[in-house]
Order: sequence, then structure tokens, then C-alpha cells
Amino acid sequence: MSMIGLVDCNSFYVSCERVFQPRLCGVPVGVMSNNDGCVIALSNELKALGIKMGTPAFTLQPLVRSGQIHLLSSNYELYGDMSQRVQAVLEEFSPTVEPYSIDEMFVRFDGFAHAPLLEHARQLHHKVRRFTGIPVCVGVAPTRTLAKLANRAAKKIPAYQGVCILHAGSAETRNLLQKTELGDVWGVGRRLVERLALMGIKSAWDLAQANPKEIRRRFSVTLERTAQELRGVPCIEMIDLDEARQRIMTSRSFGKLTDDLDEIREATRQYGQRSAEKLRRQNGLAKAVLVFLKTNPHRQDLSQYSPSLVLELPRPTADSREILHAAGLALERIYRKGYLYQKGGVMLLDLIGADRQQLSLLDTPQSDAERQRSQKLMDVMDTLNRRMGRDTVKLGMPTPGAAWHLRCAHRSDRSTTRWDELPKVRAL
Amino acid sequence: MTLVNLIPAHPEPPPLALPHPLALGRAGLSGFPSPAQDYEGRTLDLNERLVKRPSATFFMSVTGDSMERLGIHEGDLLLVDRSLEPRPGHILVALIDGEITVKRYELRGKVPCLCSGNPRYAPIPLVDIECQVWGVVRSVIHEYPV
Repeated sequence: MSMIGLVDCNSFYVSCERVFQPRLCGVPVGVMSNNDGCVIALSNELKALGIKMGTPAFTLQPLVRSGQIHLLSSNYELYGDMSQRVQAVLEEFSPTVEPYSIDEMFVRFDGFAHAPLLEHARQLHHKVRRFTGIPVCVGVAPTRTLAKLANRAAKKIPAYQGVCILHAGSAETRNLLQKTELGDVWGVGRRLVERLALMGIKSAWDLAQANPKEIRRRFSVTLERTAQELRGVPCIEMIDLDEARQRIMTSRSFGKLTDDLDEIREATRQYGQRSAEKLRRQNGLAKAVLVFLKTNPHRQDLSQYSPSLVLELPRPTADSREILHAAGLALERIYRKGYLYQKGGVMLLDLIGADRQQLSLLDTPQSDAERQRSQKLMDVMDTLNRRMGRDTVKLGMPTPGAAWHLRCAHRSDRSTTRWDELPKVRAL
Repeated sequence: MTLVNLIPAHPEPPPLALPHPLALGRAGLSGFPSPAQDYEGRTLDLNERLVKRPSATFFMSVTGDSMERLGIHEGDLLLVDRSLEPRPGHILVALIDGEITVKRYELRGKVPCLCSGNPRYAPIPLVDIECQVWGVVRSVIHEYPV
């Protein structure tokens, strides 16, 4: 039986901070966006105060000053490293781990009987927490859409204790589907919910029972797939998910094993450029860039080194120049001589729609003229590349040390990636 | 003028990073391949020796002197492994009153305690305090001033 698990880190950014600052445990904590603009991650305690994602940080200053809540600048370097650790632990449990975003990963579980699968998932749940300090929830099901629902149940229903397994056609699955509103199903947006309600389709169960052909005819293939997945028929692959706007990834093997920094830099720039194009095509903005390198894991005779690093962008952007600059900096930091790299990639993270740009007005002031100039330039570049072939227009090297200053007054230490920012342990 | 300010006429060659690669190529001009060639690229890697489980290993730096008698000094680097099950005799990183603290895990009689290397600090019996193990210290790196 082929099953897929979704492992989702609980309040990931806040959890990363808590590993090294235990005093933040059990109290309301929020993490702010670039330049301390607004709150982008909240602990449960902060949510309980009625504070929402996207709240401008300045409106919370009275609560911060009186010590009732803690707000931190985002520390992407730390989050990126912790995310990699979580992934590494998961890889001990399954040969196939697919990161979906910085805090969500799909894990394949094939060939387990019922009882051992539950035991396996519990072990995984426990080990990630113990090894990395990050609490997670695990949802396992025959399809990704159901795994997502299972994960949600694992998070919301205390009886599951963080692990929920849904088998196709079981009473438990049916029960949960009947209780799940359509809006909480992965990939079903608000407008779809309204249109489906007109057909009498209100719960996830209704959608699973609907005639797939009918759904396809009246809506789309995508929704038909969602309906199929709810019945336990897998039809969404990882590649489809990249489209879901959570992340954009361009990754390829170098074609040969190489340790030549120039070659790798060139490849990284290409991947970055490609990712930026995809980002602009879906009219999005990225807040952070992840760069990774991998040596060949099947050549155990060679030294292995598979680093990755996340850098945050000074502001949400789709400008290739800014993205490539960040990618270049990240590469310089992770590249080590003496290893033969097989593969590399550039992932754009924390995507938002360009129409949500107003959020970033709180971040970094960028004049309208500047933004329009950037957009125009990118448009011209994309058009030329589309018409005359890829890489007709490429970007040169950016000037090193260009404006790269961020406000991050409340950033915690980069405890796992900088020698001079290691956590202190008291011998008292 | 002190010695430090003197500029040497012939700057020393930059020191080779240790450990040296075992072989740098062919032996002389004879055309025979060096017998060491098969071992090229193999160097001693401290990570391999000290970091048994990278995903669960964290580095921390020590403040305070209570563990000196146990060989842990101010400024030392601790390699902490969260994957290990703590046993008596282990040096632990533990959360005591919300602070990250290093202690030795001991059994006093039958009572598990967190002890320091300094008699000034009384052992803390684990029965009546809020304490959480953060990780087990696998090694200590002490760098001498040189």
C-alpha cells in the first residue's frame, strides 16, 4: 500500500527561536517580516490574543513594551538550517522526502501494514522533535490532499497526539471528510466554495462523492483531481504543487561532478534566473531565496557535503537582479572546495502575490518610479527571452556589496550557522 | 620599536592547512605513478570524527567556571547531541529555570541529580525542579591561546 505523509512543523519560525531561547516557550511570540514590517508567524499564545497574520508591528508596540508579547525580526538563516535538519531526520525514515515549503515536507511510506505504519509515524513524530527541537504534526494518507487533511486533524484534534493516519474508505476518513468544510480542503478557494455550495456541495465528503466528470465539466481538471484525491485516488504529483504558489524551485544536475566555483556560480545564476522568470509569470513576489548544493550520495567513496542556505530578500521582489544577488551571496557562503558537486538549485520561498505588495510598503520604502522601472526592465527581458530564445538577455554580475542593508533590530542569533553567534550555555 | 612591527623581508609562505593531502601527484619525473595516488583526496575530517549525527548536533559556547574541574572552561566549545539518551555520568545541557545550563548527570544514592564541578554549587536533585534535558555533550573543544 502506497501512503504519503505530510510533516508540518508547528509555528515553525517561532519554534526555531524557542529551541535556543527557552524563555520564549509558553509565552506569546511573533516573528516579523523583512525590516520588521508586520507579523508573519505567530505562536498559539499570540493567536489566542486575537492577533492575526499580517498585523503591522508598530500597532503592537504597546504590548511589546509592557512585556506581554515578544516580537522578533526574522532570522531566515536559522530557519533554513533548522528546516534542513528536520529534512535530514525525515530522510532516516524514508528514501523519498520532498520539501514542499520551508516547514512542510512530504514523506513517502510504502509497503507498511496498518499497525506498523502508525508506529513508524509516531516514531518519526517523536524523533524530529527530540533531534531538532522542532515540534511537528504528521498526517498520512493515500493521497497528498488527504494527507494535508490528516495533518490538519493531527494538529487540531488533541486525541491524535500529533499523528493522524487516514486509510481510504475507512469510517474515520468518512467522518472527518463529512466534518471538513470545503474551504479547508487544499486547493479549494473561496470563490469555488460559493459556486460549489450552489450545487449542494458543502463538505469535503460531498465533493468526494460528486461525479468527477461533472466536476471537470463545470469547473476544472484541477478540481476534479482534488475530488479524486479526496476519494483516495492519487493524482497530484509534486510537480503540480510547485504551481501552488508556495515555492518555486529550479534544480538540475550539473551534468558532471564538479568543484569549479565559476561553473557552479554560472549554473546557480541560470537556475535563479529561471526561478525568477517563473515567479514573474505567476505574478508573484518572493521574500527569501534558498540555494543548495548536493554531492553524489551514491558515491560513498567521495566526501559528502550537501549544504543549503536561505537568505531573505531586502523586500518582496520579482526582480532577477535582486534574486540573483541573494543567490550569489548564499552560494559563496555554502560553497566549500574539495567536494565534487553533482547538483544544485535555487528555490524562491515565502511567495506572495504582487497584488499584495501593500504589505511591503510597511517594509522598505521603494518609490513607485523605482518599482515601475524594475518591472519594465524585467518585462523587456522576459519578452526578449521568450521571442528570441532562452538566455538571449542575461544579467551580468552585480556589484558586490551593493545596498544590502536590512533593518533587523530584533533578530535572534544565527545559532547554527555563525561561529560568533553560538548559543551560550551557562556553567553556574 | 617592538618586534611585532618589523616587516620581514621575505614573507613566510602561507602555512598549509592541516591535515595535508596524502599525495599531490606523481612521484618525481620517473613516470611511475605514485603508490599513494589511490588515496588522493582522502583527508582527516574532524566533522566525521566528532559529529556523529549532524541533524541533531549543535555547537554551544560556555560561560562561567563551575565545570572547570570536569574539564570544561569558559569559552570552550561544546558539541551537543540531542539524539542521545542521557545516562548517569553524561555531561548534559539542561534547561534549569528556563536557562540553558551545562551539568553532570549523576546518581547520588538513588536520586538522580544535576551536579557541577564546583562544590560551591550544590547538586540539584531532579525530583523537585522543573528541568528538561536539552542534549548530551559529546565533546569539548578547548582552544589554547597561541
